[in-house]
Amino acid sequence: MKKIIRLGWQTLRKPSAHFSLGFLVVGGFISGVIFWGGFNTALELTNTEEFCISCHEMESNPYAELKPTIHFSNRSGVRATCPDCHVPHKWTDKIARKMQASKEVWGKVFGTINTREKFQNLRRHLAENEWRRLKANDSLECRNCHNFDYMDFTEQSERAANQHSTSLASGEKTCIDCHKGIAHQLPDMKGVEGWN
Amino acid sequence: MNQLIAKRSLANNELLRSRVLTRLFSALFLFAAVLSQMALSTEKEIATLRDETAIDDQKRPAVLPKVDNSDIKKTRNYPMQPPLIPHTVRGYEVNLKVNKCMSCHSRSRTEDSQAPMVSVTHFMDRDGNFLAEISPRRYFCNQCHVTQMKTKELVENTFVDMHQLMKEKQSKNSNR
Repeated sequence: MKKIIRLGWQTLRKPSAHFSLGFLVVGGFISGVIFWGGFNTALELTNTEEFCISCHEMESNPYAELKPTIHFSNRSGVRATCPDCHVPHKWTDKIARKMQASKEVWGKVFGTINTREKFQNLRRHLAENEWRRLKANDSLECRNCHNFDYMDFTEQSERAANQHSTSLASGEKTCIDCHKGIAHQLPDMKGVEGWN
Repeated sequence: MNQLIAKRSLANNELLRSRVLTRLFSALFLFAAVLSQMALSTEKEIATLRDETAIDDQKRPAVLPKVDNSDIKKTRNYPMQPPLIPHTVRGYEVNLKVNKCMSCHSRSRTEDSQAPMVSVTHFMDRDGNFLAEISPRRYFCNQCHVTQMKTKELVENTFVDMHQLMKEKQSKNSNR
């Protein structure tokens, strides 16, 4: 074992005897582009709604629940797809989230939520995961589209303007604190702050 | 023998008469039905949702009115009237798991929300005992409380407030 490692290390350390420097540089550059591009393309492919709802768990539960909400159909025709709210847009955060999401592959393989009943039973747990994430990153995914700096309070209803200009403006509250269950149905809210 | 024949013919006669009578009556009834139908269709008394659209036509639906979102309390038309909801309730869930209305109107939430608290009658069970939480029979808010649309009335409303009635009566009495 030790021998193999040493051999490999020595091969790496020595200059190349067969390939020209030009070949190595250009070849390295090209294969780098291919690998990096391929990686990012594959990553982006998993970042689409078609990919998300290719599993029936996602299509018949969260996606079906999203359809009647304002984030799916509304007056201006701008809509949010799954990754808009559930995957960070910045690269490093995105990779971190994607690594977390590998657990969801586990769930898919073992059928953790493969029926509506199982999904309902786990709903509080799943919702809490998302609430925790959005609370921790100050509702970053909401703010990808909803920018506080450009909110026109005069266009909002009085009640909304009151709350946005005080609690949200001071940073005491973040979007998810009040806007839970806006895109999917709510779990049992017993003991959740702000609910009874 | 003769008697028997006579009896039979009498019975036949009776049968015939009753048949003629039923036919006559049914014809009359049909005529009356057709007449009343014609009267109905010409009078246009009943406003249906289809509103005289031909049966093979698809009626163009009316524009959806906007929900009143003014947050201004409306007068109650009578003391026991369930207060109207002066805001939109789109996507508000009220089911076994959650009650979105209670996240503002429950007793413990009113300080934060500054919304009116559900009335104490909602804490009573059917025997008049006060419970710690709203009574299950009062749980589904939208059974009684509704939003209002900014739209014209479909049918003329002839409701008169009882104070108005009393005033009219008093003025009548004083005129006498």
